[in-house]
Amino acid sequence: MRIPLSWLAEYVDVAPGSTPEDVHAVLVKVGLEEEEIHRFDISGPVVVGEVLDFVEEPQKNGKTIRWCQVRVAPDGRTAADGGDAVHGIVCGAGNFFRGDKVVVTLPGSVLPGPFPIAARKTYGHLSDGMIASARELGLGDEHNGILRLAELGLDAEPGTDAIALLGLDDAAVEVNVTPDRGYALSIRGIAREYAHSTGAAFRDPASAVQPVDGEGFRVVIDDASPIRGRVGASVFVTRAVRGIDPNAPTPAWMIARLVLAGIRSISLIVDVTNYVMLELGQPIHAYDLSTLAGGITVRRATPGETLETLDGQTRTLDAEDLLITDDSGPIGLAGVMGGATTEVGDGTTDVLIEAANFDPVSIARTARRHKLPSEASRRFERGVDPDVARAAAARVVQLLEQLGGGRADGLGSTQHAAPQGEPIFLPHGYVTQLVGVEFTDDEVRSTLAEIGGTIEQTDAGLFVTPPSWRPDLGDKADLAEEVARIVGYERIPSVLPVAPSGRGLTRAQQLRRQAATALAASGLTEVLVYPFVTAVQNDLFGSPVDQRVPAVRLTNALDASVPFLRTSLLPGLIETAKRNLSRGLTDLALYEIGLVFRPEGEVRGTADLPAGAALPSPEQLAQLHDGIPPQPRMVGALFTGDVTPKQPGQPAVAAGIADALAAVRTLQTALGVPLTVRQGAHKALHPGRTAEVLLNGEVVGYAGELLPQVAEEADLPRVVGALEVDLDALIEAAGADIQVGGISTFPAATQDLSLVVDVSVPAAEVLSAVVDGAGALLENAHIVDDYRGQGVQEGSKSLTFALRFRASDRTLTAAEASEAKLAGAAVAHERFGATVRE
Amino acid sequence: MSEPLEITESAVASAVDAALAAVDAANDIAELKAARSAHAAEHSTLARLNASLRSVPNEKKAALGKLVGQARGRVNQAFAAREVVLAEAENAKRLAEEAVDVTEVALPGHAGARHPLSLLQERIADIFVGMGWEVAEGPELESEWFNFDALNFDADHPARALQDTFFVEPPEAHLVLRTHTSPVQVRALLERELPVYVVAPGRVYRTDELDATHTPVFSQVEGIAVDKGLTMAHLRGTLEHFARAMFGDEAKIRLRPNYFPFTEPSAEMDVWHPGAKGGARWIEWGGCGMVNRNVLRSAGIDPDVYSGFAFGMGIERTLQFRNGLNDMRDMIEGDVRFSQQFGMVV
Repeated sequence: MRIPLSWLAEYVDVAPGSTPEDVHAVLVKVGLEEEEIHRFDISGPVVVGEVLDFVEEPQKNGKTIRWCQVRVAPDGRTAADGGDAVHGIVCGAGNFFRGDKVVVTLPGSVLPGPFPIAARKTYGHLSDGMIASARELGLGDEHNGILRLAELGLDAEPGTDAIALLGLDDAAVEVNVTPDRGYALSIRGIAREYAHSTGAAFRDPASAVQPVDGEGFRVVIDDASPIRGRVGASVFVTRAVRGIDPNAPTPAWMIARLVLAGIRSISLIVDVTNYVMLELGQPIHAYDLSTLAGGITVRRATPGETLETLDGQTRTLDAEDLLITDDSGPIGLAGVMGGATTEVGDGTTDVLIEAANFDPVSIARTARRHKLPSEASRRFERGVDPDVARAAAARVVQLLEQLGGGRADGLGSTQHAAPQGEPIFLPHGYVTQLVGVEFTDDEVRSTLAEIGGTIEQTDAGLFVTPPSWRPDLGDKADLAEEVARIVGYERIPSVLPVAPSGRGLTRAQQLRRQAATALAASGLTEVLVYPFVTAVQNDLFGSPVDQRVPAVRLTNALDASVPFLRTSLLPGLIETAKRNLSRGLTDLALYEIGLVFRPEGEVRGTADLPAGAALPSPEQLAQLHDGIPPQPRMVGALFTGDVTPKQPGQPAVAAGIADALAAVRTLQTALGVPLTVRQGAHKALHPGRTAEVLLNGEVVGYAGELLPQVAEEADLPRVVGALEVDLDALIEAAGADIQVGGISTFPAATQDLSLVVDVSVPAAEVLSAVVDGAGALLENAHIVDDYRGQGVQEGSKSLTFALRFRASDRTLTAAEASEAKLAGAAVAHERFGATVRE
Repeated sequence: MSEPLEITESAVASAVDAALAAVDAANDIAELKAARSAHAAEHSTLARLNASLRSVPNEKKAALGKLVGQARGRVNQAFAAREVVLAEAENAKRLAEEAVDVTEVALPGHAGARHPLSLLQERIADIFVGMGWEVAEGPELESEWFNFDALNFDADHPARALQDTFFVEPPEAHLVLRTHTSPVQVRALLERELPVYVVAPGRVYRTDELDATHTPVFSQVEGIAVDKGLTMAHLRGTLEHFARAMFGDEAKIRLRPNYFPFTEPSAEMDVWHPGAKGGARWIEWGGCGMVNRNVLRSAGIDPDVYSGFAFGMGIERTLQFRNGLNDMRDMIEGDVRFSQQFGMVV
């Protein structure tokens, strides 16, 4: 809402000398959010000029210019720019006559742009200033010709300050009005808030006119299907005004205020309706009375019915749309936009004014359905004072009579069925209890009276009936806020509450941090990626096998090319790697910990939501929970380029599957979970370089390298290490108590064991066989070599394991260690036909 | 066994001289070892002279034994002393050879980093955990009931339309990407025993196009306390404690009236940031208020017995003014240089 300061000052005593910034500060204090300050941005000597004479001079470019002699100061005086009283000015427009009063921007003035004016040579003359158009002054869009003061009904002596004359010295403050405060979308409401904030005297503009009820115009409110039990129109006031001069101009002061308020000047009738809406907050519609067929009926639309609205669009109506109709059919979308057939036009002389009050819900739905937010709908949605309609209609009549020469002949109608506000009980002491400030009874009472409440005092507390313009006040907490905000939030003291002893972070929360820290400490960089992906990305990465992956689709994606929520972190990491590569960052080890969205089949949700403000039944709560698709937290990582760069004395180490597997080990250590890997397959990963990550026999993720084609299509290098595991599953398995044996201090016996097996046998399984066979004396075993070639039969490989044996109670002999080693070899032989290679 | 030698003073002296000359001539441990084997080991002259003592008549044994013994002692001492000198020299040489330029030693891997938004969320959580609060969580794809209805957003109220919500298919599922972390308030109240003091950091979504100050995916931290007798004074006290922990002892909180459906009274909070880029000043930080009575009712709590306060602020915005970042896009593009500026600490 933009508030021209001169307008505000009409209805409240604005402190003398207040700047727009001061006014902002006053309004912010009571809860209006500060936005911009709007000015005309025009300065310097801008004066009324009288065109004394001109000569038309055709130019080579086909244009005709006028070389004008313009009086810009009374005879014998110096002009405001210090020059002569008559200036020679070149003007390209041809819409004025000798003797016309115009606006002259003299050298030294600055127009919005900024556009500084100076004397300049043009078309063979020294043009000593400029004759301005309305657009150049910031007063409108009109630029076909200069502004003639007569068009605005103005006359003034040459040399008069035109900035003040046209109201261009005004400024407007803009505030953001929260959606509960519909009444503040008006000068009336803002002036009242200004008064609350400062204690200055408020003069209600609604009381400045005397409402007169018209009679004889037939209005029927026939709402056959009220929405949520509320009739669509509770107030409907009409007044007819006839004989308006179609050529009567909108006065300059009104144009200036409308422009500052952000509304274009169109014609006197339209301007007046907008002006009254801004002043009182009551949306007004004016119908060309000559086009109305019979009386008005307010009713719901019949499905399929159509209406051409003022913006020229033909709209197909919904059964919930509230309509204004006459005998010809729909003539307006109530409270949202008028219809084309009854529109006020250039030649309109007789109008019917409508000042009505429509149900906020009905208007909100219609405005949203037709994507038609308007100044009117914005106000109705937020609640319009039902008791201001008569005053607003009277104000429109008054202005049309004064400015347009019209005459209200008494035709009209008045219907008022708006419910009266219910009293709210405010127990004694409640405001203090909630706000924590010791308010006196008097403060509470006088504040609530100041905002317009009607108060009845009892021993237990106050019964407060909110004023008609405050439908947002619904319970005692609302009243407490009124007291707190008007007395001032700065009165609230600072008291630190003592919470009961907490249990700290949950184990899952701690372990999540530990996993994130461990990955970063091992050289990975954490990134946070938008979870929006394509169907192709989800299908490729969301499942190891070829199948359609159920996914969640956004209704209103910002980027229509990625309408799905991710089922895997890898597509986002790939996009991130791509962006880094495009910036010349080629060595990447990225990870993300985040949610993926994995509906089990169809996205179900909950069709019938429980109402708010009441605890749903256990069944309803269960339904709500069950309808929400699972969102497991995953950890994903991607490696490309060099994990270790080339350095003196050391070659580069390229990224690949090893890094993905190392990250698995990092997670295993960080979370204390028994992860294992085995050869696996995933359609997005390299067929020979994919490991399934297993936790207690269940697959919880994959580690490997991207399928080279996949990497290539993403403009990544051929080799990209990749990892994605279900972090929730890991964390769930973590936390088992670790049972440990004592540490033996007897000497170790170390031996190597080389076994020849078929190349297809995984090393880990051979190792596992050795471990199983060697028994309790084997303390540690790991693979040290995989040899193929001379001395080993084709199709076989020789795996060498380093074994460390130790007993808990004695020093082992070499013979005991060898015996255990051979027992291990025997099991490997049994399982895989492994033979010992001497 | 070789023939016994005649033990004379001159024979002993000459053997000693030869041995000492060899000790002096040895330039490293290997040469010294060779000299020892020539002059002090089993077949050396001195060893043979020593062995010859056996065939010396008894009356001369003492004198000659002393002569040979002293000679051997002198030689052995000389060898030992020389060995220490040579070993030291050799060790020093080796250490000199092993020296490297410490500024170019090859290191494995690259340095990693956490994302500062994650770190900041953890830091904020820790401040509240230190006050006895707990950390609550909820899903990002949320039921409209938790995101709106339970929070006193009427289905037709403009406040609901102003949330710039991402909806998902099908519409009748009533699922949205949560527009704020506030649904966790209701979840926490439903799941936990009263009193409840929890914070909920997390990701939220709005249909704002990405620019320097907006991103459709961002993070917030939400706090809610519901107990008997809580007032706006407790809200202010909590926020001031939080602000001081985040921005130093001079930080303070200013409340301005505002509107949120889920709080009443509601306030916008500004923080006085002593370390702000360009000088200490008030900065808009977030929203807060007393939990709306209807929100308590949605969680089955009697609002005439319990009251509560809630607050929420953007993590991106906090990071922005705390660390002087101009462009929000840097936080979300995943450029590794951004996280690496922070390392593991925010």
